[in-house]
Amino acid sequence: MSAVTPEATLGHEHAHDHEHHYAPSGLMRWITTTNHKDIGTMYLVFSFIMFLSGGVMALTIRSELFQPGLQLVHPEFFNQLTTMHGLVMVFGAIMPAFVGFANWMLPLMLGASDMAFARMNNWSFWLLPPAAILLIGSFFVPGGATAAGWTLYAPLSVQMGMGMDMAIFAIHIMGASSIMGAINIVVTILNMRAPGMTLMRMPMFAWTWLITAYLLIAVMPVLAGAVTMVLTDRHFGTSFFSAAGGGDPVLYQHVFWFFGHPEVYIMILPAFGIVSQIIPTFARKPLFGYASMVYATASIAILSFVVWAHHMFVTGMPAPTQLFFMYATMLIAVPTGVKVFNWIATMWRGSMTFETPMLFAVGFIFVFTMGGFTGLMCAIAPADIQYQDTYFVVAHFHYVLVAGSLFALFAGTYYWIPKWTGHMYDEKLGRWHFWASIIFFNITFFPMHFLGLAGMPRRVPDYNPVFTDFNEIATIGAFGFGLSQVFFLYIVIKCIRGGEKAAASPWEGAQGLEWTVPSPAPHHTFETPPTFDPVAHGAHH
Amino acid sequence: MRTMAARAAFFALGILGAQASLAETGATTNSRFNLQQPVTHIAEQIYNMHTFMLIICLLIFIAVFGVMFYSVYAHRKSKGAVAAQFHENTTVEIAWTIVPVLILLGMAWPATKTVLAMKDTSNSDITIKATGYQWKWSYDYIKGEGAGIHFFSTLSTPRAQIDRGEWKGDNYLLEVDNPLVVPVGKKVRILTTAQDVIHSWWVPAFGVKQDAIPGFIRDTWFRADREGIFRGNCAELCGKDHGFMPIEVHVLSESKYREWVAGQMAAAGAAASAPIAAPAQVQAAALPASVYFDSSKDRLDDAGKAAIRVAADWLAANADARVTITGYTDKTGRLDKNQELAKNRAVAVRDTLVADGVAENRIVMQPPALVTEGGDGRAGRRVEIKTAQ
Repeated sequence: MSAVTPEATLGHEHAHDHEHHYAPSGLMRWITTTNHKDIGTMYLVFSFIMFLSGGVMALTIRSELFQPGLQLVHPEFFNQLTTMHGLVMVFGAIMPAFVGFANWMLPLMLGASDMAFARMNNWSFWLLPPAAILLIGSFFVPGGATAAGWTLYAPLSVQMGMGMDMAIFAIHIMGASSIMGAINIVVTILNMRAPGMTLMRMPMFAWTWLITAYLLIAVMPVLAGAVTMVLTDRHFGTSFFSAAGGGDPVLYQHVFWFFGHPEVYIMILPAFGIVSQIIPTFARKPLFGYASMVYATASIAILSFVVWAHHMFVTGMPAPTQLFFMYATMLIAVPTGVKVFNWIATMWRGSMTFETPMLFAVGFIFVFTMGGFTGLMCAIAPADIQYQDTYFVVAHFHYVLVAGSLFALFAGTYYWIPKWTGHMYDEKLGRWHFWASIIFFNITFFPMHFLGLAGMPRRVPDYNPVFTDFNEIATIGAFGFGLSQVFFLYIVIKCIRGGEKAAASPWEGAQGLEWTVPSPAPHHTFETPPTFDPVAHGAHH
Repeated sequence: MRTMAARAAFFALGILGAQASLAETGATTNSRFNLQQPVTHIAEQIYNMHTFMLIICLLIFIAVFGVMFYSVYAHRKSKGAVAAQFHENTTVEIAWTIVPVLILLGMAWPATKTVLAMKDTSNSDITIKATGYQWKWSYDYIKGEGAGIHFFSTLSTPRAQIDRGEWKGDNYLLEVDNPLVVPVGKKVRILTTAQDVIHSWWVPAFGVKQDAIPGFIRDTWFRADREGIFRGNCAELCGKDHGFMPIEVHVLSESKYREWVAGQMAAAGAAASAPIAAPAQVQAAALPASVYFDSSKDRLDDAGKAAIRVAADWLAANADARVTITGYTDKTGRLDKNQELAKNRAVAVRDTLVADGVAENRIVMQPPALVTEGGDGRAGRRVEIKTAQ
């Protein structure tokens, strides 16, 4: 993505007289950069590399599961793959990708010249590659990578080899990176908006990221605490999670899911933000209920702190506790429903066109909502007794994480890539990518609902032959889905290398400050704050 | 619209299909699309609630996406649609907040009743403790008819079916050597705990899934409405062989259960009153045979070789018979080392049997047993040769 260089054309409205500071080139440019666009690009490239790595693991898993019996991998390695697939996708792909979007787009959308803490921004990115090396490198140490599941439940995680310690340190590093990124985002949003852009006039993407950043600051330390306790149980003789020493294995689950459930919203709220930018653009109509969207986002975030134990209905909690967590979890359906209704009301009587970003956004609403339905079903404690730890749950969270977070990331990429590269992507290929993704996605994950209901547990390398046909379908779908993403890489590279020249505002219905700067966005933008006009910039609510 | 309808039809057909196939065969594990057919009152409540949720979700799905896809169809720029500029409508926004709340209340009511019923483990007729190990279960009958019975329950699917692509039976990975046996119509309380890591005791047809947590006791219960064989799995990732520690429950009539208990008691009594045989002795008459080893060794001594010779002769005389080989260790030493040792001992016995002229396909290697199953010291360090069923 080297189309944006320090020497790139400067914005016509910014006459510059101080473009004489030291600007290294080559590799050092990327290592030393404090520019939010460079750092955003690096985040996106990093997350895509991790996405492909996690994808290779997923395809190995699906290959083993193509037929009953053990064919390709040993059970121990299979467990390493499921564990690492989860860790890599959550911490390496989805989360950094959203931070990449925040870096690239928030200053442009808010009319800020850069992120608030530019040097810390560099540091929070460059922490990630060492963490990734620790994580992926753990496959090659004695005993291999951790095989305790991405949730790293004690006491199983206490039994693991040194791969577990590497995963713990990787999580520490990635957590530090996330916290720094989150602080940067909060400070940027609260302090660096263009004059006239009140909080309630911010783009929806900024709102969802502001709330997400607070969630990150609140829960990443909790995860760090949980894995540190595992570390001391492993090496320093503590017994946080061992009954023999007065500890409790279930404590780990409480601490983990106190992080883990807000984490789910950390991965979906920015996706809601991206979709809330795209739907009004291509419906050529303002977002139906801006204020209610903000309140719904905040409600989801607050509720996310009081629902964690719905991941633990089978641990054997007392009835009142089960009931509390069941009711609280069901309540989340209300603000989530408000969001879906708002998007549809925005589309209603619009004047819609379906370029690739809009296709992915509508696809997102459709498929994500199905994940929402299964989520509601899982909230019902007695029914969850049957769903828990089966492929039904695997289907559920891939519907919200792949069709939710990932599809929104694709939507956002197609939406903003003209601004990043200065070129339009190939619309025809983009549409192909969308249809291939959504079709193969459903071929992969829809049969998993049936598998789980019929009784196939998750995280098993082998299964009863009654489950064979749906597993075969899922495996075929998975390879189709994987290839579709290689195709996406091709589309992006093609767009970086050339293509139709993009106008400053390539979308007819697009509003917002990011479309007032030329495409590609110059290296430095908004060095003097722009004038924010609520009507012209899409905040007439 | 077409996708949606197809999907709905797919789901509906799935449910009907599953029920039809169950009605035909009365089988317990071959549900393909939907939850397994319930055999307890609780499982039935769960099943009904699941169906109720599916229907509600389907109705909301049709309503919401009916509107969305109509809009996608009708409000296109290419059809000349001009964008209205309306936004915000308090009445609509209140409605789409209140209506979901009401729907949720409708779901919460039956769910609450089921939660309370599931949690009522009082007044059981029989109490059984299920202990999870890496990777097997053990059962202790604690209270009620059969109290005192204790046994381990291990996967009985031959490794050849798992590793070497041999033909797989209907109960592949869902079959054990010693199933849990309970009487029909009695309230059975299951206490769960574990020896090493967290496991989860799951029998879908009973609507029971309860984590087994090392150092803690949790409980759950079921009352099976009909006789039959019901199968489940460990449902919590517990390490390498998580996928290979199934649960098999035989629900018997009261009289048959009584017979089973009497049989178990008699066997236990015979074992208790029998003089303890000198370990080096070999049961020469027939199988099962035990071959003993020195500490930390997998080399056969003369007594062991003799025992294998006897087993080989017996196999030569019984051309249809097959044998299983299981390796054990004593209680000292690290788990992973012991596992390796048990495996190497079993391999040594197999190789000697083959050298004595037994065809390899008549020998079924069992997974190494990590727990000594009663024996320690020299009694534990052994390989057992048994006739395979």
